[in-house]
Amino acid sequence: MPLSTQSQGDAEQYVLVASLDNARNLSNILKAITFKDYAIFSATPNGLKVTVEDSKCLQANAFIQSEIFQEYTIKEDSVGFQVNLTVLLDCLNIFGGTTAPGVSTALRMCYKGYGYPLTLFLEEGGVVTVCKINTQEPEEPVDFEFCSTNVTNKVILQSESLKEAFSELDMTSEVLEITMSPSQPYFRLSTFGNSGSAHYDYPKDSDMMELFKCTKTQTNRYKMSLLKPSTKALALSCKVSVRTDSRGFLSLQYLVRNDDGQICFVEYYCCPDEEVAED
Amino acid sequence: MDCVVTGGNVKVLAKAIHSLSRIGDELYVEPQEDGLALRSVNSSRSAYACFLFAPLFFSRYTIPIGLAFRCKMAIKSVQAVFRSIATLEKTVEKCHIELDEQKNRLTFTLHCKHGLMKTHNLSFQDSESLQAVFDKDSYSNVFRSHPRLLVDTVVHFPPSLEEVTVSVSDDRMWVKNHVEDETDRSKAMLTELCLASDEFDHFSVQVQNSVTFCLKELRGLLVFAESTGLPISMYFDEPGSPVVLSVTDSVLEGNFVLATLSDDSNLRKNNTKRAHTPPPPPDDFMNDDMDSYLIAMDTSVIGPPNKKFCSLFFGSVLPPSSQMTTQPLTGQEVLASDSEDDVQ
Repeated sequence: MPLSTQSQGDAEQYVLVASLDNARNLSNILKAITFKDYAIFSATPNGLKVTVEDSKCLQANAFIQSEIFQEYTIKEDSVGFQVNLTVLLDCLNIFGGTTAPGVSTALRMCYKGYGYPLTLFLEEGGVVTVCKINTQEPEEPVDFEFCSTNVTNKVILQSESLKEAFSELDMTSEVLEITMSPSQPYFRLSTFGNSGSAHYDYPKDSDMMELFKCTKTQTNRYKMSLLKPSTKALALSCKVSVRTDSRGFLSLQYLVRNDDGQICFVEYYCCPDEEVAED
Repeated sequence: MDCVVTGGNVKVLAKAIHSLSRIGDELYVEPQEDGLALRSVNSSRSAYACFLFAPLFFSRYTIPIGLAFRCKMAIKSVQAVFRSIATLEKTVEKCHIELDEQKNRLTFTLHCKHGLMKTHNLSFQDSESLQAVFDKDSYSNVFRSHPRLLVDTVVHFPPSLEEVTVSVSDDRMWVKNHVEDETDRSKAMLTELCLASDEFDHFSVQVQNSVTFCLKELRGLLVFAESTGLPISMYFDEPGSPVVLSVTDSVLEGNFVLATLSDDSNLRKNNTKRAHTPPPPPDDFMNDDMDSYLIAMDTSVIGPPNKKFCSLFFGSVLPPSSQMTTQPLTGQEVLASDSEDDVQ
C-alpha cells in the first residue's frame, strides 16, 4: 500500500503509528462520541482510547484495540494528547466520506510525541492527502470510580429495542429516569415532559434481555441533555449493557461492530442528577 | 373509561389521530355510549373533523357511568404515543386507554413485542362538548368514490394551494384551484381537472353549483382513507354551507366538515338567519373556556383576511345542570339539525 513507502526514515521518530485500510473503522466510532470539540487520545500497547467529557458529569470513551489496526506501533507505555475531534473527523472524511462499495480511504496516523502535531496520511484512489493537526496537553480525564464490585444492577439488552425507545423519548423532559429492580417494573425508562409522563418497561424475561442481574431497586435521574449524545453510540451498536452502582452512577457500554465485523466498544459514564434521592 | 384496541386497529386509531392533527391543535375525547368520539377543530372554526369508533372497534370498551366524561388535550402529545406508524405495525400488539380520575391523566399503554410496554400518562383539560351542526343527508349533491380517485386528483395541486373549487353538473365534476379575484389572472397558474360521473361509485347532483373550500385540511382525511381503503363520500349543498367528507365502515365513521366560501347573495341570507339566533346564555360569559361559547356564523372577522368563509355552527353545552345532554339545546333555532351522531 502506497502509504507504507512514505517516509520510512521518519518511522523511527514516531512514538505512535497506527494504520487502517479503511478509515471508517475509526471515524464511525469517533462519531459516536463527538459531542464536544476536544477529545483526549490515550494510546497504549493494547490500543487506542479516545475520551470526550462534558462538564465533569458525562464521559464517553471509544476503544479501538490494536488488533483492529493493520499496523500499530507504539514506542512508549502510554502516549497521550488532545486534539480537536471535529477537525480530526473532517480530515478522516476528506475524500468526501462516500460509501461506495470497494472504495475506502486508507489512513496512517503518526505522532512524534509531546508538542508535535498529529499527522494523518490519507489515501484514496491513488490520491494522498497529508493533514497535520495541532495537539494540546491532554487533560486528565475524570475518574468516575466506577468499578464492577460496586455495581448493584446490570442488564444487557439488544440495542434494537432500546433504539426504538430512545428515538421516541419525550425531549421536553429534562431528565431521563432509569429504574432497575429485581421486581416489577424490572427495567424502566421514564420521562416527565410537557404532556405528562411516559414509561418504557422491559420485563426481565423479554427475549431482548440478554442478561438481567438486579440486586436492589434503584431509581436514578440523569439529565436528558447529557444522555442525548449516547444515542449515536446506540445507533451503531448491536448490544448495550446498562449498569448502575451504589451511588447511582450510570455506565452504558455499547458493543459496536465495524465495517469489517470487528468489535469495538464505546462506553458512557454519567452521574445522577443531584436533586433526586434514590429509592 | 377503559378501552382496549388490538392488532390492526391500533394503526387505524393512530392514523385517525394523525389525520385529526391536520385540522387543529387539540384533540377532544369523548367516550359515548355509541362509541369513542375523537374530534378536532381549527382555530378559525372553519374546519372540523370527528372520528367515531363504535364499541365493536375495541376488544374492550367500558365508559364511565353517570356523568359524561369529556376532555381535550394537545394533539401533539397523543401523536407522540403513536409516533411511528411503521413501528406500530411491526411491534404493537394492543393499546389500552384508561382514565385515571384521581390524577387527571389519560393513560395510553402500548403492549409491544418482546414484552416491552410503553405507558404514556397524558394530562388533559375538562372541556365542553365539541360538535358541529350539519346534516349531510339533506345536502343536494352526494358523491362516493374510492379514495384513490380523490388522491390522484389532489396530487395535481401544489401542497401550498389553499383553496379548491369543486363544480358539478349532472354528469361531471370539475376541480380547480381557487384564485383570488384580486390576482391578475394572466399571471396565475390555473389547474382544472374534470372527472366523469362514471369514475365515481355514486354520483348524484340535484343542484348544479360550485363550492370552494380549503384543500389543506382535507388532505388529512385522504391519507387516512387511502391507507384504510375506505370509500370517501362527499356531500355538499350551496356555497356557504359546509362540504362534508365521510368515511365509514362497520366500526368507525369519520366526518370532515369544511366551511365553504360564500358568495355575496348567500352572505345576506345567512345574516338574516343569524338574527334569530338567541345570544349565548349568561353563564357562558363566566366561563373562560372558548368551547362553551356558541360559535356563531359568518366569520368575516375571524379567519383568514379577505375570506368570507362561513364558520360552522357549533352546539354549546351548558355547564352541568339537571339535564346533562350532549345534544345541542333544543328550542334554539338552528340552521340544520344535528344528525352527526347517526352511526349505523
